[in-house]
Amino acid sequence: MSRLNLNDALSAIDVQADWVGLREVKESTTYRIIRDGNPQANSRGVDHGVMVEVLADGQFGYYGCNNLDHDSIQNAAEKALRQAKASAKNPLFEFTTEARPVTKGSFQSPFQQSVNELSAGRLNEIMLKAYNQLKVNDQIVSAHAMAMIIETESNFVSSNGSDIQQNFLMIQSDYSAMAHKDDIYQRRTDNHCLQIGMEEFDEDLVLARAQRVGEQALELLDAEDCPTETTNLVLASDQMMLQIHESVGHALEVDRILGDERNYAGWSFVREADFGKLQYGSKIMNITFDPTVANQFACYGYDDGGLKAERDFIIKDGLLVKGLGGKESQLRSGVPGVANFRASSWNRAPIDRMANLNLEPGESTFDEIIAAVDHGVYMETNRSWSIDDYRNKFQFGCEYGKLIENGKLTKTIKNPNYRAISNPFWNSLKMLGNQDTFEVYGTPYCGKGEPNQAIRVGHASPVCLFENVEVFGGV
Amino acid sequence: MEKLFNQLSETLLNNLNTGEHLKITIGGENSQFVRFSRSKVRQSGLVDDASLSIVLIKDERTCSGSFTLTGNISTDEATAMEELNRLRTEVGTLPKDPFVVMPEDTGSSREEHNGSLLNEEEAVSALSPAMQGVDLAGIWASGRIFTGNANSAGQKHWFATDTFSLDYSLITPDERMVKGTFAGSHWDQSEYENNMAKSIAKLRMMEKPGKKIKPGAYRTYIAPAGVADIVGMFSWGGVGEASIQQGDSSLCKMRQNGIKMSPCFTLSEDFTSGIVPRFNSNGELAPEKLDLILAGSLKNTLVSTRTAKEYGVQSNFAGEGESLRSPVLSPGDLNEDEVVQKIDTGIYLSNLHYLNWSDRPGGRITGMTRYACFWVENGEVVAPIENMRFDDSIYNFFGDNLEAVTDKAHLHPAVETYDGREMGGVSCPGILLKSFELTL
Repeated sequence: MSRLNLNDALSAIDVQADWVGLREVKESTTYRIIRDGNPQANSRGVDHGVMVEVLADGQFGYYGCNNLDHDSIQNAAEKALRQAKASAKNPLFEFTTEARPVTKGSFQSPFQQSVNELSAGRLNEIMLKAYNQLKVNDQIVSAHAMAMIIETESNFVSSNGSDIQQNFLMIQSDYSAMAHKDDIYQRRTDNHCLQIGMEEFDEDLVLARAQRVGEQALELLDAEDCPTETTNLVLASDQMMLQIHESVGHALEVDRILGDERNYAGWSFVREADFGKLQYGSKIMNITFDPTVANQFACYGYDDGGLKAERDFIIKDGLLVKGLGGKESQLRSGVPGVANFRASSWNRAPIDRMANLNLEPGESTFDEIIAAVDHGVYMETNRSWSIDDYRNKFQFGCEYGKLIENGKLTKTIKNPNYRAISNPFWNSLKMLGNQDTFEVYGTPYCGKGEPNQAIRVGHASPVCLFENVEVFGGV
Repeated sequence: MEKLFNQLSETLLNNLNTGEHLKITIGGENSQFVRFSRSKVRQSGLVDDASLSIVLIKDERTCSGSFTLTGNISTDEATAMEELNRLRTEVGTLPKDPFVVMPEDTGSSREEHNGSLLNEEEAVSALSPAMQGVDLAGIWASGRIFTGNANSAGQKHWFATDTFSLDYSLITPDERMVKGTFAGSHWDQSEYENNMAKSIAKLRMMEKPGKKIKPGAYRTYIAPAGVADIVGMFSWGGVGEASIQQGDSSLCKMRQNGIKMSPCFTLSEDFTSGIVPRFNSNGELAPEKLDLILAGSLKNTLVSTRTAKEYGVQSNFAGEGESLRSPVLSPGDLNEDEVVQKIDTGIYLSNLHYLNWSDRPGGRITGMTRYACFWVENGEVVAPIENMRFDDSIYNFFGDNLEAVTDKAHLHPAVETYDGREMGGVSCPGILLKSFELTL
């Protein structure tokens, strides 16, 4: 990827440390956005640097370095060593090289069509056509079509023999329409975040998605507000993504449970003693940490501490069995974990992150789920999210809803919101959709950590039915 | 870095062809980060980071590119020229942009705020003793932040500042918390120790038995730190002109229907403190002070030059995203020391958490109470309360339900570090509300 031979750079480092690691990341992020018929952005940013980590006196010190010559890396290693030694005067935990397992391997995102096979001009044309589909009529007052293309190369070598190369190709496509009539504004969107190639921008697929967004935005203008009541709630996969993320994923990050995040994102209602004991949800709830789902946004072969990433159950039959904790958290807590010790880039130290965290499908068809509901609300696509610092009390809002009456979807409703508390909510999970309802989503912007890090995560889920949930509408 | 920026700018501008226009921006930091948990060091390290961004305009078309700077002039010059050539190849293939903002020379500026910061290797030793005996989680961030701008019309800006911050939470064994921030540009060990001692004293108040309150409407005081979080929401679907034009703002009602907030509510963009640069990524200088909502009426919005061209309005040289860069909420006349008495019976909220619009056109925000929040009865603090969810509209709590604003504004320094350490902060007082809706 670079002018730097990472193994040579590692060999050239001369410091009195128990372990040294180098993680070089080069990432290119390209945006192509058409808004309201005109180009809004055609930008590319390339971020490139190396994270130098040193273990000494039981502490890791780091130096995120933007200069990749050997002298700069040597200087970074010396300064990182001094950070480690200073930390050793007041350490939280004594680490050994066990925190950095020895691994060799590589990973490559799957794709059919490479970035170079779709020119900037052609992608602008497709986005412009998408905009024209989004703007169904003049009641669409603003609309955009966005393509984000992320190409990442990440190499990791260490003094105890790790040597990992990973190449990622990640795409976000986003189509959005704002409809307006009188005092009513309603936005509808369709967002994909996948490890995929330029096939994501197949013109027919793009235009079909854009047309649905524009039409549903208009449909919302004449819709009734979501009723205020406690009722059955059916959530589509694109809202389940957020539900899993906020009320399962963050709650189960072991560094959070250990208290590292208490000044920022918060703590967790889950405690170390809950693993193997807490009935997190109903018996049909199965959550997997799965870096192997084809095309999911946060697939990878190895985490940034060098641990090999593998599929594993986090919640099995509703019972909490494993934490989202990488090797450092596993050593600190004794809680069994997974390979999720990840950094947002070369300039941040790794912490426990979610990666792909999925709700496994059940056996019901979508029609069977709806037919099982006498009265309730169906919601699609997150638009508002907030949860407390213990990951208990949440309130989420969606873009688009339907009433469910006598086992059938009836009227479209606008401003659908719901609120609940995580543990009882998941225990009210009554039906799970089958594989046909299982959809893969993700986001590039999961925020956590001090210093802050925004990282990419993936969530896949079937359609789900929850009982006795408080739903409500807009102002 | 300023020298490197000047050299790179000169190289790029000297190599422009006829008809090409260029805007160049640099941003970066040299930072130390020490993360604490349980008053001990969890992670510690240093980051040197800088990037250069180039916007090329030719024949009404534009594209941009950025790359990480190494600090080595020959390496960076080669990368900059490579990037310029890549942009040249791309720009002709793109559609015309009718709202492209051409570079102008409206004056140059240079500001450098040198501080006296803790030595990187002494930070742990200087910070740790004062936090012993309590459970502290938090982040120490310290070092230089810089940004600059140059363009092919001849304009040049440079801004650099040395700052530090310790942003922290203190936690009781019963898991009640107090928030604190100690920030500045000249380190003073005794001031730091005083700040920590005051926070520890506050933490003792949290050791009283707690009170669980039910959802409902309560007379409420929100302290400046909590108000700062609400003011932050005005940057996201709030005061930006583009968001109003595109129907995506909570203030559409004010623009279209003439709805007003309370006469006690005045929000402005105010750069007079000098802690953030006035220039934006186009190199344009914002006015020193711009009233946005004056005594409850929408007077101005933040308008970038691009938005001005698109919608035929006048630019006030806001940033590209039209978010607040130096917000100030004006103080009122409620004596800050009499807040608890004035609440009489109700709740005192020191901090809020995880705010989001739950109905943006309706101005409704949901979020949580967090940290030192108390039940107040007959003008006295009675007990800490369990964290509660709120869901209420700015048109209520900055409208008819806004009873009073305290007489002192406090600066809440920006401590976020997603794209590097942020500069500046929010200056605001506390607010006393006749009613505030708690929902869960």
